[in-house]
Parts: sequence; structure tokens; C-alpha cells
Amino acid sequence: MTPTASPTASDTSALGVFDDVVRSESSLRRFLHGLPGVDQVGCEARAAGLATRSIKTTSKAFAIDLAIRMVDLTTLEGQDTPGKVRALASKAIRPDPADPTCPATAAVCVYPDMVATAKQTLGDSGVNVAAVATAFPSGRAAMDIKLADTRDAVEAGADEIDMVIDRGAFLSGRYLQVFEEIAQVKEACGDAHLKVIFETGELQTYDNVRRASWLAMMAGGHFIKTSTGKVQPAATLPVTLIMLEAVRDFREQTGQMVGVKPAGGIKTTKDAIKYLVMVNEICGGDWLDPDWFRFGASTLLNDLLMQRTKMTTGRYSGPDYFTLD
Amino acid sequence: MSRIDVRKTYKLYIGGAFPRSESGRSYVVNDAKGKLLANAAQASRKDARDAVVAARAAFGGWSGRTAYNRAQVVYRIAEVLEGRREQFEAEIRASEGVSAAKAKTAVDAAVDRLVWYAGWADKITQVVGNANPVAGPYFNLSTPEPSGVIAVVAPRDPLLGLVSVVAPLIITGNTVVVIASEDHPLTAITLGEVMATSDLPGGVVNVLTGSQAEIAPWLASHMDVNGIDLTGVEDAELATELEVAAADNLKRVRRPSPGATDDWLAEPGLDRMTQFLETKTVWHPIGV
Repeated sequence: MTPTASPTASDTSALGVFDDVVRSESSLRRFLHGLPGVDQVGCEARAAGLATRSIKTTSKAFAIDLAIRMVDLTTLEGQDTPGKVRALASKAIRPDPADPTCPATAAVCVYPDMVATAKQTLGDSGVNVAAVATAFPSGRAAMDIKLADTRDAVEAGADEIDMVIDRGAFLSGRYLQVFEEIAQVKEACGDAHLKVIFETGELQTYDNVRRASWLAMMAGGHFIKTSTGKVQPAATLPVTLIMLEAVRDFREQTGQMVGVKPAGGIKTTKDAIKYLVMVNEICGGDWLDPDWFRFGASTLLNDLLMQRTKMTTGRYSGPDYFTLD
Repeated sequence: MSRIDVRKTYKLYIGGAFPRSESGRSYVVNDAKGKLLANAAQASRKDARDAVVAARAAFGGWSGRTAYNRAQVVYRIAEVLEGRREQFEAEIRASEGVSAAKAKTAVDAAVDRLVWYAGWADKITQVVGNANPVAGPYFNLSTPEPSGVIAVVAPRDPLLGLVSVVAPLIITGNTVVVIASEDHPLTAITLGEVMATSDLPGGVVNVLTGSQAEIAPWLASHMDVNGIDLTGVEDAELATELEVAAADNLKRVRRPSPGATDDWLAEPGLDRMTQFLETKTVWHPIGV
């Protein structure tokens, strides 16, 4: 295993490692179905076991700040207005106005039509704009529409694109179609980073999660992401564990690092810390960085801020002292 | 054949459920003669935090109910308490070592106190609210509204004292986190069982047992608690400390004057209700 010194945008499809695998539908299927099966009971037990670790005092303070830096502050509602997106962007730059030592979040995640608005507020603050594209959240649209959706978002200034895979194609076994879709969207992204959303709540089995992870990594995704947040169950610890194992094994094979983003259903600091423990145990410290691990969340940030305030002031804080999303 | 005793585990009452302390601790509760009565859960600051979260979550629904409905629920607590009076009398006798007649008087008074406060639910607005005369064509109406989540340090009296501090708060729509008397916590948990079966929504009253000096400071400094009642704090120094901590978010504080002892059997005034009310005044044009 060779840890990459400064792993940049992974471009594995060009590495040629998997050229044989993705040559045809049947070779791709053979590879994906040849991946070792997931031991469901073992995986859930391991995830539950890691979730019992107790993280206190300075470690907790470190974890909270890291988690804040990893948040993709998200609003994906039909009722989003420019005003709401501006407010959210301001919050991303300075999550706790009362405390300048509080770090900014990693990104703001919005629908493509809101990218320009978010970008205007964020400017060069260092906070990225992520846009969900490719007919989010269902992914049911013609390919040219998905690509146009992506290009629109990139043109508007999105630094990161969150695409959804075609679960219908994946579940009916048309893996090559899914692979090519991801590859084409990646091309449309240009310099923007690509996150590939699996919607694990619809993939039915852990084996499918592992297959989807490899598929997306081979197609060149910079990040693999659990869910849209629109389907229950969204992110869970066992699913994230499988994806973390996949990115770890992928680096061993190719030397390329791929990021992981659980999204949806992570609401408390306690939950977030459980994920961080898992990242450290499965992948190691290299992934404990906003470039390689993110939380897709909206309500999580307020809980992180309340816990942070509790640690700095020594008294419990309340939701009245933070903005509502 | 002798039967095996079925002993009761006294736990906390938080959000309508009876969890053990998050810390896993318990402490020994002795009867009046110093013999072991039971083990009670020893709540930690995190139990207090969970209780505040439960009380906050319950506040919207409870304060939004009509005064009539709150009265019915509190009256229902009195009904259920009446039905379980023997258990309470036995617990009071064991815990305080008082005579059967005294225990009976205490339970009678506790039931009556609940009924008394239940009657106030739809009357307190008329008494402390007002239609104010103003120099213009407006109705100017002041009405009382509940403060929010109130932390209560309950007095030593295990049933009557507890009922007398909790009932006036919930009848006006507040939700409560109460630290039961450290020496007599068992009746408080049994009263929790009564409340859990009286249509009182979970989280409106949350009961913690354990060390007053350990838990109370966390509630006093908690930014999401709107008021604190220090009736049961006997240590004057601790009371001052709590009052200072409560100032951070301008909590309403009720602190009995030093040396004053409450006579729980006497008819209470309105002040326990009015202490934790906010006055809202609205202007409304008169005319068409």
C-alpha cells in the first residue's frame, strides 16, 4: 500500500488498471459479482461495536471541529428561495457568529438553479458550492438531459457535482450503462469534483452497495455518497462501513484515494462522532479530512454548534441561540 | 411454599418512559429507621440534559392545549392518585416514619391540591390578565403565557410537597424537570407512574432522582431552561450559586426567603402559578 502524498482528482479510468474489466458488459458483471460477499451480521455487529467508543474532552473537541469542517450544509427543498440559500451560505462561512474560532463548513449543497445565488454569497471564502444534478433525486431522465443539467450547474459555478446513479439500470444488472453514465457525467463536470450517489436505501443488499462502490470508483468518481436524503433509510453505519472498506481496498489496488459522504439521517454530534471513529478504524487517519470525508446534513450543524458551545462555555446550550435552517 | 419477592426497581421518569440513569449509578435509600428501603437511580448531568430535551419537545403540544383540557388531565392525575392511595400511604410511612393517620392526611391533601390547581387552569387568565384602558380606539389585552421549561428542586415532603410545586407549573402550560428530594425519592417515581397513566403527555413532567448538588447546577446554567424553582434547596450557599448561574440566560428564579418554611397543608396562593408566567399584551383596533 502506498499512501499517495497529495492525491488529487482521481482519474482511474485513465490508469488502465480496470480496462479489462470495463471492456464489456459480461466482464464487468463477472468482476462485480466476483467481489467477496458482505457478511451482513458481521458487518452490522462491527458497525455497532465501533459505535460504542467513548470520545471525550480534547478528542471530542477535535472531532466536533473536524465534523463541522466536513459538513456539506444542505438544502434540497422545493420551497428553497434565494433568500434561504443566501442565509445558508452565510451560515456555512461562519457557523457560530458568536465565536470566530469556529471553522467554516466544507460546502453548501443546493439544486443547480441556486448555484449562482450561493456562489455570490460564498465568493472566495473557501467554502465550496455543491450542486445535485442528473435529475436528482430519482435519476430518471434521458442522458442528454442529465448531462445538460450537469453542465448548467458547472457553468453557474459549482465546485462539486452530486450525481445520482440510475438505480433501475443497476438493479436490473445493466452495470455498463451505469458505468458509462458516470463516466460521461464526469466528463461534463470538467474541473468540478464528482460525487456519486447510490441511494443505498434502494439498493436492497449490502452486496449491491459494495458493487456500486467499485463501479463508481472505476468510473472515476471522486466521492461515493450514500443517499439523496429523500429515501428512508438514508445513511446508516453498516452501509458507510462497506463503502469505507471499498475505498480502502481501492487505494491498495490503484493508489488512488476516493472520498466517502454519508448523507441523510445524521442529526446529532454523537452520530457524527460514530462515523469519524469508523473512518479512522477502517481507512485510517488519511481520510479524516474534509477532502476525503463529508457529511451531507442540515440539522447536524446546529447540534455540533450546541455541543461546541457546551465544551467552550461549560454549560448546556439551547436551540434558541442558533439560526434555524 | 414461600413466594419469591418481586421487588420494584426505581428508575427515572423522562419523556414518558422510565429509563435507568445514563451513568448506570444508583444510591441507597433508607427508611426513617436507617434500614435499606430500596435503591434509587442516581441521575447524572446527561440525564438532566435528556430531561430538558424531552421537556422542550413536549412544551409546544402541552402549552397549545386548551386550559380546559389541561384541567381535565391534572384532575385525572388526582383520580388515579386517589385509586392508588394505599401504596402512597405505605411509602410515606416507610420513608418518613409517620403515623398512618398523618400519611392519610398527606395523601388526602395531595389529591385535593391537584383538584384545586386543576380548577385554576381556565381561571388564571381572568385573574392576572387584563383589558387595559388606552388612549385610542384599541382593545389592549394582556394575557399570561407559560414561560417554557422550568427546572424544580422539590422540597423534602415526598408527596404533598412535590405535588404542590409541580401542579401549579403544568396547569398553566409549562413543562417541568423536577429533582426529587434526595432523601425521599421513591414517592416521586411512583407519582411518575401515576402521571404516565393519566393522559399527561410524555415529557410534560420529568422526574430525576439523585444528588441535588450534582444535578441542579447543570439545570441552573442550562440555556434552554426558562425558569428555576429553588424551593427544595436547603443549603443557602448552593441556592446563591444556582441563582447566579441562572442569571446567564435571564431565567426566572423562585427562591424562598431564608429561614422560611412552607406549610404544605395550608391553602396555597397564586404565586406558584404566576411566578412562571409571561404577560403578552396585544393591541387590536376597535370598530368595523
